[in-house]
Amino acid sequence: MIWNIIGTWIAAGLTIAIFSFLYKDNPLYKFAEHLYVGVSAGFGVIYVWAFDLKPMLIDRFISEHGIERWILLIPAILGILMFSRWIGKFGYLSRLPISFTVGIGAGLGITASVQGFLLPQIQGTLLPLTTINNIILVIGVITTILYFYFSHEFKGKTQYILRVGVVFIMVSFGASFGYTVMARISLLIGRVFFLLSDWLHII
Amino acid sequence: MKFWEKLGELDRRIIFTIIGLAVIIPLVLKITMPIRVSETVRNAYHSIEHLPAGSIVMISIDYDASSGPELQPMLIAVLRHCFKKDIKVILLGHWALGLPLGEIALNRVAAEYNKKYGEDYVNLGYRPGYSALMVGIGREFRDFFAADYRRVPIDSFPFMRKVHNYDQISLLVGLEAGATGDAWVQFAGARFGLKMFLGATGVTAPDLYPYLQAGQITGLIAGLQGAAEYETLIKEAGTGTLGMPTQSVVHGLIIIFIILGNASYFVLRKKKK
Repeated sequence: MIWNIIGTWIAAGLTIAIFSFLYKDNPLYKFAEHLYVGVSAGFGVIYVWAFDLKPMLIDRFISEHGIERWILLIPAILGILMFSRWIGKFGYLSRLPISFTVGIGAGLGITASVQGFLLPQIQGTLLPLTTINNIILVIGVITTILYFYFSHEFKGKTQYILRVGVVFIMVSFGASFGYTVMARISLLIGRVFFLLSDWLHII
Repeated sequence: MKFWEKLGELDRRIIFTIIGLAVIIPLVLKITMPIRVSETVRNAYHSIEHLPAGSIVMISIDYDASSGPELQPMLIAVLRHCFKKDIKVILLGHWALGLPLGEIALNRVAAEYNKKYGEDYVNLGYRPGYSALMVGIGREFRDFFAADYRRVPIDSFPFMRKVHNYDQISLLVGLEAGATGDAWVQFAGARFGLKMFLGATGVTAPDLYPYLQAGQITGLIAGLQGAAEYETLIKEAGTGTLGMPTQSVVHGLIIIFIILGNASYFVLRKKKK
């Protein structure tokens, strides 16, 4: 219980320290900012050890037998090779694990993009033009794609197609910006709610 | 003219103070307002509502403290809905720093509904790997999650013994502050046919609407507004509902500031000419 109270007071103090930047930059804000970065990095290191290295490599190496055990040496060696970047003439060895990671990422990503994004999105756009919404959607997709078609210069009356595309793009930017404003205000509400309820018990 | 000049040079700290007061006053006065439920949130709600008791819902914590004010109310609302319907919950996450938030919400809501760890819910925690993990657990959970968040073997939990891959998961709920939602849709949804809905921060939500339109996700809870709508549907008011009047007041103020700022700009430009 006492630790909860101490934790709440520390959190409230740090929140106010961060908010103090709104007046002007000051040492209190800098302290809170650096503390956040440091704690996040420390937390990350602990997580990598507790949920990655220990259970998936060290514990399994001890408990597994036969090929299941020795195959773990491959990721372990690849991981260690990443550190070779710090050793001048052996720095090139770090390219091995990086190429391994890039290869896996590209392999997984390409199939996922086609199977999980491109094809379903094309399918989702092939709509019967029977409702206003469907008509707007199809016009929006075609004019926006044409806006990014650079192999042909649109002149004369055809340039109006691009202008329609620009309108759709601007509406999309507007929606994203509106959502972003809402998100930022939500974060402010969250912190003020914490200060008023958990810390000051006003609400 | 002087008014517009002064307005154009207004100290930003005055605006911050006005916004601050606009946030504090409605919260202190506990102003309430009706919340209209959107179709996207209603569809998300029905994805859980139509599941039979005993089904398994997997919730992915793909956010951390910086997005907590938006996504934590969603997590609490979804957990309440699941436990109210006797649905079993598996929690995991791709954002290491967010897992403690998941644990806090899980323990709090489970206590409200007298749910027991290992029988009604389990927290698998965090594993690295992201897309490879999503593909891997489509084959076998144990390859990645042999033990839970507390390092207890998952086979020691009765309901987890029958869970091997996505075939035993009725629904995935991804709570997203970044691009992990895209990966869930593209890897688990498209490849394994896993049914899912997403809850997202206001910043992330616009990028997820194409998935909704194409039917790749069954629903979308967007921002604190979405959380408030979900709370309305389950009839459990939380911080989402409490925050909505404040959100409306501040949005109104921002619109006024935008209009005044633009008016000041055009008046002063005309004067310069």
